[in-house]
Amino acid sequence: MANEKNVASEEQLLYATWLEKGMLIGLVLIVISFALYVTGIISPVVPLDELSNYWNLPVKDYLTAVNNNFLHFDHPPTGWAWLTLLGKGDFLNFLPIAILSGITMLCYAVIVPVFMKKGEKAYMIMAIVEVLILALAASGLLKAGH
Amino acid sequence: MKENRFTGSLRAGFAVLAALLLASPVTSWAAAAPADATAWWVMPLLLLVVTFFMGIIAVLGGVGGGVLYVPIIGGFFPFHIDFVRGAGLLVALSGALAAGPGLLKANLASLRLAMPVALVASSCAIVGAMFGLALPAHIVKLLLGVTILGIVVIMFTAKKSDFPDVPKADALSTALGIYGIYQSPDKTMNWQIHRTIPGLLTFIIIGVMAGMFGLGAGWANVPVLNLMMGAPLKISVATSKFLLSITDTSAAWVYLNNGAVIPMLVAPSLIGIMLGSFVGVRILKVAKPSFIRWMVIGILAFAGGKSLYDGIKAMNNASRPTSTHTQEASHHGK
Repeated sequence: MANEKNVASEEQLLYATWLEKGMLIGLVLIVISFALYVTGIISPVVPLDELSNYWNLPVKDYLTAVNNNFLHFDHPPTGWAWLTLLGKGDFLNFLPIAILSGITMLCYAVIVPVFMKKGEKAYMIMAIVEVLILALAASGLLKAGH
Repeated sequence: MKENRFTGSLRAGFAVLAALLLASPVTSWAAAAPADATAWWVMPLLLLVVTFFMGIIAVLGGVGGGVLYVPIIGGFFPFHIDFVRGAGLLVALSGALAAGPGLLKANLASLRLAMPVALVASSCAIVGAMFGLALPAHIVKLLLGVTILGIVVIMFTAKKSDFPDVPKADALSTALGIYGIYQSPDKTMNWQIHRTIPGLLTFIIIGVMAGMFGLGAGWANVPVLNLMMGAPLKISVATSKFLLSITDTSAAWVYLNNGAVIPMLVAPSLIGIMLGSFVGVRILKVAKPSFIRWMVIGILAFAGGKSLYDGIKAMNNASRPTSTHTQEASHHGK
């Protein structure tokens, strides 16, 4: 061990490369989408000058109020409902947020074959389980509320 | 001379941050003013400025952005605590994502150390996020205040060890191959860890708290990795930072899917804190870390105390249903 070089492992470098790409894409997109939103180039669901009436409400009341006053959906927009609203300036910002939140899942997925190739079953299983945990969190199946 | 200039600039920056927090536009709006009394762009602009200074202070103070963000924005801005926690997680997540690739490539963050820990912490962060969104706002503020004051005590008392003595790696860490080489300018050493199972169990609590309060968890990760499990300090700090990108991801999804994300709060905060972090890294070379650390402890003590006070006040109001206004204020947690 003492003669080894301080070089990151193959899976660590692969993870880092994917993480870097996803992070850069997410950050650039959030700046662009926020600019499109606040400049009014893409109109939002909640008008900018009315937003302050809503942001001090608990999340459940906020969603109900936004739905009743603007969207008129059958249910308030939770889970992946934002995908149907990407044409709106405020909801467009959810895309880069989802990329930033989702890149870790992808990073784990790409290192699974490396662990498989190396025969490191424990880490391969850990990586697969982590992907499943993050997928569960991202799925929208987990509901919480006051 | 240069150091004094930077320290002076920092003091001035802190004064601006304190003034912004305490000045009437924010606090009075949060307290009572009609929500539409100020132009819509004032709040994101204020957020951008405050989070910019927060980003500088966070880097210099050696803490994550989330731990400063949630108590300060939750305590002094008009946003509901549900949205502040969601944004806090995304702030901590973005900082970790930005730092992660470099730390992994430099082999300062250890993927092998992070993976088992992340598995525990990210699962528990989901539970914490769901608890956090289910609890009434005043209870969250109360618990947040207690937690922040606890963090102040940890920062005040915790010791650090550059190279902890780990005479023998435990069976689990040996089986998982958690070891590495740490190189500093004057020293190259092999590192290994021990007490892996107690460490993993501690991350159950850390994960729940990170998800519940949207704080990030560097303040807890580092002492556990360094003092309990015996990883060298720099490896612990780097792995902790990278770890946040996994822990906070799972909790962030829960907030995102439950609608607790407002782009007008998240985007300026992310941009402000990241710009501040870039500037902070440059200032770090010449600033006095001890002064900044004391400043961070002071800010956290103040913000934690306010959160605790707000929680107790709202709880008292909730138990005394004297008027509609009181009930409504308590319900909204403001």
